[in-house]
Amino acid sequence: MDFSLTEEQEMLQKMARDFLTSECPKSLVREMVEDERGYPSELWQKMADLGWLGLIIPEEYGGGGASFFDLAIILEEMGRALLPGPFFSTVILGGLTLLEAGTTKQKQEFLPRLAKGDLLLTLALTEPSDKYSANGIQSKATRENGDFLVNGTKLFVPDAHISDYLICAVRTKEVEVAEDGVTLFLIDSKTPGIACTLLKTMAGDKQCEVIFDDVKVPSDNILGNLNKGWPIIEKVMREAAVARCAQMLGGMRQVLEMTVDYAKTRMAFDRPIGSYQAVAFPCADMLVDVEGGAFIAYEAAWRIAEGLPATQEAAMAKAWLSEKFRAATAIAHQIFGAVAFEDTHDLGLYFKRAKAWELSLGDANFHLDGIAKMVGI
Amino acid sequence: MDFAFTQEQEAFRNELKEFIKREFPPEWRHVKGFFEVLRVSKEDWKIHVAMARKFGEKGWLSLAWPKEYGGRNSPILQNILTEELAYNECPGYDIFGVGMVAPALIIYGSEEQKRTFLPRIGRGEIMWCEGLSEPDAGSDLASLKTTAVKDGDYYVVNGQKVWTSGAHLADWGLVLVRTDPAAPKKHRGLSFFFVDMKTPGITVHTLLNMAGEYEFNEVFFDGVRVPEENLVGGENKGWYVTMALLNFERSTIPVPAIARRNLDYLLDYARQKEFLDPVIRNRLAELIVECEIARLAHYRSVWLMEKGTVPIWEPAMDKAYSLELAQRVDALGMQLLGDYSGLIEGSKWAPWNGRWPYLYLRSIGHTLEAGSSEVDRILISQAGLGLPR
Repeated sequence: MDFSLTEEQEMLQKMARDFLTSECPKSLVREMVEDERGYPSELWQKMADLGWLGLIIPEEYGGGGASFFDLAIILEEMGRALLPGPFFSTVILGGLTLLEAGTTKQKQEFLPRLAKGDLLLTLALTEPSDKYSANGIQSKATRENGDFLVNGTKLFVPDAHISDYLICAVRTKEVEVAEDGVTLFLIDSKTPGIACTLLKTMAGDKQCEVIFDDVKVPSDNILGNLNKGWPIIEKVMREAAVARCAQMLGGMRQVLEMTVDYAKTRMAFDRPIGSYQAVAFPCADMLVDVEGGAFIAYEAAWRIAEGLPATQEAAMAKAWLSEKFRAATAIAHQIFGAVAFEDTHDLGLYFKRAKAWELSLGDANFHLDGIAKMVGI
Repeated sequence: MDFAFTQEQEAFRNELKEFIKREFPPEWRHVKGFFEVLRVSKEDWKIHVAMARKFGEKGWLSLAWPKEYGGRNSPILQNILTEELAYNECPGYDIFGVGMVAPALIIYGSEEQKRTFLPRIGRGEIMWCEGLSEPDAGSDLASLKTTAVKDGDYYVVNGQKVWTSGAHLADWGLVLVRTDPAAPKKHRGLSFFFVDMKTPGITVHTLLNMAGEYEFNEVFFDGVRVPEENLVGGENKGWYVTMALLNFERSTIPVPAIARRNLDYLLDYARQKEFLDPVIRNRLAELIVECEIARLAHYRSVWLMEKGTVPIWEPAMDKAYSLELAQRVDALGMQLLGDYSGLIEGSKWAPWNGRWPYLYLRSIGHTLEAGSSEVDRILISQAGLGLPR
């Protein structure tokens, strides 16, 4: 057992933190909430140059060949900084799916461009039913002259409005078992028949409605095998949940640090408020929750990196961090008092993001239900 | 980071499991380890001692000690031992002697004291109790009133300890007493002694706890003569020994494994239920997550010790979290069992022969023993976060 980062990982962490501290101030985070595209191109290019976009892409496809654990370290820093933009949709949702299911030819075509910063991707999974389970996939693709025609509505698709390609999960066969008969298509977002609408969100993250109306997709653009898409989605969702946990952990660490700094300096009745147990104990509980989040998120990321089964650990991590990050931001608000209730205060950004991330990719109840099933209750 | 055990550690765990299967006979299995062993009869205590000797023979009671004292210098191996014993409900591990006294002795004891006590603890020959709390000194331990006055080669102890778990069964006790009433700071006037529980002048009066068990005691000291060679860490320096002792107490009790064992009872029960309330199902799943967090938090403390550091707030965190978790597991069990949960030992229809209401009531003590959860939170907020006093 070893609960410490390696020297290289510590360097990676420090480099990421320094970079994001200077390149992603909260003023940028706020600006990007208002900005329709939601990210500055120069910053995206800088991250590509640092090798972040291709971090876990194998070297033969133009990437850095690093581990999932290394990726989690960078994601944690991104969460701490509340980095806006399509990193999660492109690198995690898109990149991991391509890595998992793409043919050599597809990987050769797309992954080097992704790593260079020339290609944005996303995954169009959920629909108006808002389900992360297979029975939520009601969009259809039907054959027509060797091609497929895709019809349906995808909802809550992150960054679809700026993505070059959409990986779309649709039903290609009517079956009794919902997990069968789902196929993934890699669809050029400029294909006629696609209508994308940017939704307005509480946290300022970019989510879209994407309507497919007789969208013609060549059968070469299937990712993986026909009707066999769901196991790929399950794996990618598992890894994406852990990636999300890394972001939440970073955000939570930042909230704890901000709060403790404030509690040490803010005076009331001639004493720093952190000397009162009514303030100190909730801070102590926050530390417990942060440490717990680190243990379980790192354990899940480590298992994925080592190629070990991680289904239960991923669910545990998302269940824990979904609850605890949100709870931490609420405790922080109580300790900061009215000053952080003002919109100009950074804490509100974390409070909103914590809620959005809690609900994305399955909230605590969703993952607890999964765990209950795994243990047979 | 590495969340895996080494091959040596895995092999040790497997050897242990086999050993417990083989050496802990069915007719002894009503005696359970850890918190529960302290409620047994004097007759059944012999089973605890017999198991301790078996582990002693294998060299398993000294796994965390440095090699020069016959140990293997591995708190992780010791934790694997306690985890397996706790999970398999096996007695034979003295949480006081092996878990706390020995490592504190290794830091603060004289060579002669180590030579006297370590081998006997390592062989499982002597069992210990912990005399810290007094009627008017709990979390504010340094305000204790029991005194010791030097008289020739002896110290004469007068006063009273309370909530002393297992004092009615133990061979030896440790006590923290006041030796300098005039010390400028009250914690600088305290000394730490080992006391043979058979010494004349010691009276043990067993108290009944609200779980209906005789587990803890009042211990009265009336002119008890303790040889000066049993002073540990020097006169008026007992506070430091005690802090180390409490630190080991927080980091060596395998509470996460106890909580997981009890949770697994509940999961078995839930699997057999015709209808499982969805809220309880959700809470059970949540407790699975919490048990894993507790396990990792505990291993982090143990890993820090394995590296040779002295963690302070980390054990406070893992101890508070896991004991509160154990309390939640025991409480949820009552909800799951419904009306059956009220049936106690010996009753018709009582699940697990009424053990659950015992666990539920016993768990009230969890957030009080080994230091209250509040004291842990003070440590976490001050040592862990640097918040001001």
